[in-house]
Amino acid sequence: MRHVVLERWSRGESCVHRRDPRAKIVALITFLAVVATAHRALAWLAPGLLLLLLAGLVLAKLPLTGALVRAALVVPFTGVFALICWFAGEPALGLRLLAKSYLSALAVIWVVATTPLPALLNGFEMTGVPRFLLMVCQFLYRYLFVISEEAQHMSKAAAARGTAARNWTAPGPSFRAAAGALGVLFARSYARAEDIHRAMLARGFDGRFLQLHSEHFRPADTVFALVASLAPVAVRLTVERVVG
Amino acid sequence: MTPLVEVHGLHFRYDDGTAALNGVDFHLNAGETVALLGPNGSGKTTFVLHLNGLLRGQGRVSVSGLTVEPKNIPAIRRKVGIVFQDSESQLFMPTVLEDVAFGLLNRGLDSVTARARAAAALETVGMCAAAARAPYHLSAGEKKRVAIAGIVAMEPEVLVLDEPTASLDPPGQRSLAGLVADLPQAKILVTHDVPFALALCQRAVFFQAGRIAAEGPVEEMVCRFDWHFAFERSKSPR
Repeated sequence: MRHVVLERWSRGESCVHRRDPRAKIVALITFLAVVATAHRALAWLAPGLLLLLLAGLVLAKLPLTGALVRAALVVPFTGVFALICWFAGEPALGLRLLAKSYLSALAVIWVVATTPLPALLNGFEMTGVPRFLLMVCQFLYRYLFVISEEAQHMSKAAAARGTAARNWTAPGPSFRAAAGALGVLFARSYARAEDIHRAMLARGFDGRFLQLHSEHFRPADTVFALVASLAPVAVRLTVERVVG
Repeated sequence: MTPLVEVHGLHFRYDDGTAALNGVDFHLNAGETVALLGPNGSGKTTFVLHLNGLLRGQGRVSVSGLTVEPKNIPAIRRKVGIVFQDSESQLFMPTVLEDVAFGLLNRGLDSVTARARAAAALETVGMCAAAARAPYHLSAGEKKRVAIAGIVAMEPEVLVLDEPTASLDPPGQRSLAGLVADLPQAKILVTHDVPFALALCQRAVFFQAGRIAAEGPVEEMVCRFDWHFAFERSKSPR
């Protein structure tokens, strides 16, 4: 099975990895709030916040280029809105949108790449996010790979029977085969959902998700949460005082 | 001796009209290990899903004297543990330990006790080292062991294993056979794997078209229904 790089990174070893997920969630929320509400001197603030995130990535022993490239995946999405702003005669607004979305994505990567998903979801739950919502995320993540593997197997089977050379989006037999495969994938996903539900019922599931909790918030986590949360606030206050 | 599991005249029809069970009579004694053999689609899996009330057909099913009916379902599910054929569908929690503890927490055990019992079950199946790992990182054999641990942790009286050796390599099958043989529960093994059934079961029940066609010693059933793989290449020139 192929796994996402972020998950491999999240199993790494560093002082950031060791921190309680709640401390990192608090730091992330503060950072996002600082970025979202920044309007003045963003041209100076953005590089400052970027440097802060780079320091965080170095501290977490994460590959800088890999993290920066992955954060750029958000650009095509916000780029559309940035272009609209540009054509509407607001190029500065477009650039602000791009900068804010990129910094936010990089901050999210910093947290996700230093916290295994189970621990992250557990952290969100302990900070008050509805458990049901988190379970949906967990199931989606858990079975996304399984369904994606099934799709890959079907694609290979189709390729083995000579469909690879054709453009499957073009009208014709290949397009029909792809549409059929999508239908089969949906049916299989539905069947798997039924199997999972059956396995849950067999172990006494009554609609409530109960979990084992293991996280302990230590003094070091408090210090980390304070430092990591105050750092972007300090950067913003400093930039706004010096520049604006 | 009163059988642990008793089934009389069980009929079941799926929503699409397929008659899957056409009058099944079955019993399982305490400490016994029985193999369910038979062709694909003969009703073996449908039958075992009735044993803890996951499917409800017409007829009588009882476990330890409790009839399978809505008011008894929670108690029945504590008595009958099913290890499903596809471990992927059974392991849905974020970590192995949490998955094994899932049923224990549903039974009302507190977190500390559930954790200890889950750890003990993982030790039984030799998967202690994987407690903190995500289930999707495990091999097929490891997934099967963890799935068994999830059921064993609940200390059921009857253990049902649906195609336990499917997708396991021969060393994995041997290792699983050793593990299953050491478990103290009465067991029902739904399998096409004749050597596995021969190694573990005292009795076999042969399903055909939703009925039990015959039952008896495993060797006898295998011979009677020619239920083993033997192939002789034709000697005539092509």
